Amino acid sequence: MSTTVATPAAKDPQPGKPPKARMSDRANAENRLGLKLVAPAVIIMLVVTAWPMIQALYLSTFRYRLTSPDDKEFVGLGNYGTVLTDGLFWQDTWNTVLIMVITVSVELVIGFIFAMVMHRVIFARGVIRTSILIPYGTITVVSAFAWQFTFSINNGWVNSWFEWLPWIGPDTNWFGDHWPAMFAIMVSEIWKTTPFMSLLLLAGLSQVSEDMIEAAKVDGATWWQRLWKVILPNMRAAIMVAVLFRALDAFRIFDNIFVMTRGAQDTESSSFLTYRQVIEQLQLGLGSALSVLLFLSVLLLAFLIVKLFRVDLAQARGEG
Amino acid sequence: MKNKNAIGTWGGFVLILVWCLLPVAWIISLSFKSPDETAAGSPQFLPQDATLQNYKDILDNPDFLDALRNSFGISLIATVLSVIFATLAAYAIARLEFKGKRLVLSLALAIAMFPVVALVGPLFDMWRTFGLFNTWLGLIIPYMSFTLPLAIWTLTAFFREIPWEMEQAAQVDGATSWQAFRKVIVPLAAPGVFTAAILTFFFAWNEFVLAISLTSTTSSRTVPAQLSYFVGPDPFNPPYGQLATASVVVTVPIIVIVLLFQRKIVAGLTSGAVKG
Repeated sequence: MSTTVATPAAKDPQPGKPPKARMSDRANAENRLGLKLVAPAVIIMLVVTAWPMIQALYLSTFRYRLTSPDDKEFVGLGNYGTVLTDGLFWQDTWNTVLIMVITVSVELVIGFIFAMVMHRVIFARGVIRTSILIPYGTITVVSAFAWQFTFSINNGWVNSWFEWLPWIGPDTNWFGDHWPAMFAIMVSEIWKTTPFMSLLLLAGLSQVSEDMIEAAKVDGATWWQRLWKVILPNMRAAIMVAVLFRALDAFRIFDNIFVMTRGAQDTESSSFLTYRQVIEQLQLGLGSALSVLLFLSVLLLAFLIVKLFRVDLAQARGEG
Repeated sequence: MKNKNAIGTWGGFVLILVWCLLPVAWIISLSFKSPDETAAGSPQFLPQDATLQNYKDILDNPDFLDALRNSFGISLIATVLSVIFATLAAYAIARLEFKGKRLVLSLALAIAMFPVVALVGPLFDMWRTFGLFNTWLGLIIPYMSFTLPLAIWTLTAFFREIPWEMEQAAQVDGATSWQAFRKVIVPLAAPGVFTAAILTFFFAWNEFVLAISLTSTTSSRTVPAQLSYFVGPDPFNPPYGQLATASVVVTVPIIVIVLLFQRKIVAGLTSGAVKG
């Protein structure tokens, strides 16, 4: 269809037109076509993100509760003051950061081990690939239920299988206290998303040249040295992309907490707090302020991670 | 040395299998346990008296069936639309020179990282105004927006690999440009498009935040949202068996897709994300 315009039109040069002008005509046409083709996608993406975000900025300056819409009142930055001086906000932010840091670190290690194994395994590649996609394909809500039942005080197998561990008795109530509940939530998160991490790392691993590893081996480098000096540095781009994606994803953790504790035992995350303010309490003003803060946190986080790894993301993705 | 490596690989292999399958096995096992067994506090892994009662109950539950229908419909429509628009965009990005190319890719990336919850409030407000709250369309539109970035990135990576000169070669051989496109480019692009579709479908099938925030009844509530409301008459003693069964029922289609297309999914996930 549209390809005719894009095909280099070198076949029939039109006489009388200087080559340069023709080139720029073609470039213009290509430019226009390109914009036309991306327009629908860009518009849809903006409708659901940019416009609501502007709306959130606007709403966040009002005291506005849907149950009493007539009391809508302009309060300027008041909502931000309310949020930032509230202990609950900081508790939830702390929880979120903690979950993010721990799960991503654990996933990075386990994911890398998995990637190494998958890289080595020659037999049964299909089996392992299929299995690793099962957690990825499982709905987060379902995985949260599976793990909730796993840690359940009544029916869970953790309590009966690991009775011999000093701090796990058959009547350990995992969801009765802050740390065990956080632990259960993190286990569920790690189970579900490690496969994604390991697949990205596997892709990075397969791009490290075997020759370099071989050369290091010949030079007498130990396995450990080869890992730290050759393999990992050459995978920096892949590791960075994996960490960036997973960290931002973990930062918006919601499903697991919603299903497993509903925020009980102070396990609430920033996303959960925002959801609760807006949907359950219908505090659109206050909730919008939280939304804006959440958005800013994610921006800051992305910026920090990219700076930390000093990798041009576009380059890492082959954008040149 | 060689032996040690082999043992490590084998051990790792088994570890990965256990890791991936244990929770799934657990939920399948639960789905065959009778309510007596799940309520009485019996921690043994396998059911003592396997029963199909839970499956009968779940498949007779109209709320669950509605949710299943909603999930299928919404995910499918969102996938088709999202992939069509993503294909157009990715084709332009991979093939054409135009201003703002990088901007589109950066925008897509930014949206992929967007905290969905941050949009729930304003969307809730907007959708109520436009009458989109608690409708299929009210979920399809945001699902499209949030799957477009992944689809665009994946497809762009795929389209870059296509040798576009073949199209010209076909034209030189006498094919019209439409024929060249249809006979040469479409078959080469199809696997990428298909992969993007699977990933998009996964996202829509899995999505939870928007599903519980922008719906209020079973006329549009999707499976993940419905599951979270599925507590039974006694909130302190949820129907474990039935919940597990419902979980199995909604996981099965995904597992089947995974089994059939694992190669494509892996290629799509990694080519979209890492391309050095």
